[in-house]
Amino acid sequence: MKVLGIDSSGLVASAALLEEESILGEYSTNYKKTHSETLMPMIDTLLTQLGVERTAIDYVAVASGPGSFTGLRIGAATAKGICLALHVPLIPVPTLDAMAMNLWGAADLVCPMMDARRDQVYTGIYAFSEERPVRKTEPGPLSLAEAAERLNGFGRKVLLLGDGADRFKEDLKNKLTVDYAFAPAHLNRQRAGSVAVLGRLLALEGGAVSGESFAPSYYRLSQAERERKKRMESENLEDI
Amino acid sequence: MDKEIKILAIESSCDETAAAVVKNGREICSNIISSQIELHTLYGGVVPEIASRKHMEKIDQVVSAALKEAGETIQGMDAIAVTYGPGLVGALLVGVAHAKAYAWAAGKPLVGVNHIEGHIAANFLQYPELTPPFLCLVVSGGHTHLVRVLDYGETEILGRSRDDAAGEAFDKVARAIGLGYPGGPKIERAAKDGDAKAIAFPRPGFSDAPFDFSFSGLKSAVLNYLNECKMKGLSYSQADVAASFQAAVTDILTERAELALSETGEKRLALAGGVASNSAIRSSLQAMCEAKGADFYVPAPILCTDNAAMIGAAGYYEYRKGNRAALNLNAVPGLKIGERG
Repeated sequence: MKVLGIDSSGLVASAALLEEESILGEYSTNYKKTHSETLMPMIDTLLTQLGVERTAIDYVAVASGPGSFTGLRIGAATAKGICLALHVPLIPVPTLDAMAMNLWGAADLVCPMMDARRDQVYTGIYAFSEERPVRKTEPGPLSLAEAAERLNGFGRKVLLLGDGADRFKEDLKNKLTVDYAFAPAHLNRQRAGSVAVLGRLLALEGGAVSGESFAPSYYRLSQAERERKKRMESENLEDI
Repeated sequence: MDKEIKILAIESSCDETAAAVVKNGREICSNIISSQIELHTLYGGVVPEIASRKHMEKIDQVVSAALKEAGETIQGMDAIAVTYGPGLVGALLVGVAHAKAYAWAAGKPLVGVNHIEGHIAANFLQYPELTPPFLCLVVSGGHTHLVRVLDYGETEILGRSRDDAAGEAFDKVARAIGLGYPGGPKIERAAKDGDAKAIAFPRPGFSDAPFDFSFSGLKSAVLNYLNECKMKGLSYSQADVAASFQAAVTDILTERAELALSETGEKRLALAGGVASNSAIRSSLQAMCEAKGADFYVPAPILCTDNAAMIGAAGYYEYRKGNRAALNLNAVPGLKIGERG
């Protein structure tokens, strides 16, 4: 069983090919260049270097959100296009769950944080149990103060990772009352390898879907929808 | 024609998710359009983020339906063509990323197509006998261009709008007189009961560039008129404003096209783009061409609105020239007519 993993949810573009329990290859860049230009050439290079035929792909696992709206869509459209051509299923892998996999086996809490702009982070809190990251809180956008407060509530040491943790490092140091550590560079970004590994486990449990039915989970409405909702609420109108 | 060339085309530049199968650039085997118009009507215009999300939900379905209706499979296609600009960047990216991955996985060549050149090529689908050179007036929500089509995929721009596109002016005026979105069809309907001569709106032009357009000036004149009525406490006739505005747009387009026919000596004029569905504009251009002894071409409304069949037609000629898109093809929201790469 070969799983092509894709993550383009943030600044990182990453592709990996997993065969059973072995990553055959992984290609990641953490550089401000549009994923639209980099992702497909990366996937193509990866398979070419590995001498693997495209038709050998059994599943495509993709970071399904949260993340940058455009980044998620580039990953999703790419995954869907491959699935449609090869008639293979797609495995949606929640971005933060996959990031938590980076710190597999940790005895402490694991907290991925992605920069969500608007002074928020996309974050969730995980603990490892039976070799899997288990959600202690539901993933979603939070202000840094809310995120820190939730972590403090657990009263346990936490390992932080992600570009949100980097961006708010000083703020976190000030706000956290629990012990903490920041993940080192090789573990603290999105990795398609983690998406593929977790994706394979999800697929074995029946978590694969048809590419046609898949769309990313954005965890936020569009600005126009938010404004309309607010207007409807303030005018006490029924939504149509 | 030695061999039949079949192209699967994908279009997602604005608020229609579309796919089509086209044979030899001229024959439509299928033409599937999933419109989001009702969704955007809630917001009074196209919301880019919502459009992008909707494209993502619909794209596979639309592509599969296009192949199925044509009785084809992806393996039977010679190439995939995709719109990569101009348009809304987020919307374009869905089609571009999907088409690249689809073509790559299926082992098919990919051809990038300019959306405006697609509108022009809609005429090749409607009129299998039409070949360049000819003049073409491209009028849509995002674009107003008067071009001379020298050869397939080769155009000389004679004039363009310096500000708003004609379709944009329709939308803005429709909103101002309370007709709502989308403006084109709503103004056309309202204008049927109005007097086109009721209000003398200006027909702005440029003495140094006789083929250029300005629709922002016309739109401002309409807004000023409405404002004046309001200040004087007068009511205005929605139908008369719609009819008078539409007449001004029609005159501007007809006058430029007539001048272009005279100056270039071309004997054929084609109309293209979403605004080409407007029957007042169609009949005015038709009458002008008849009077001048020129032939007039205009695609059926289904080929004027954004669709993928037109992308398949333009894509075919790009394919024939050997133009292929690389895997790093990006969406280019401001892509110009004739721009490549």
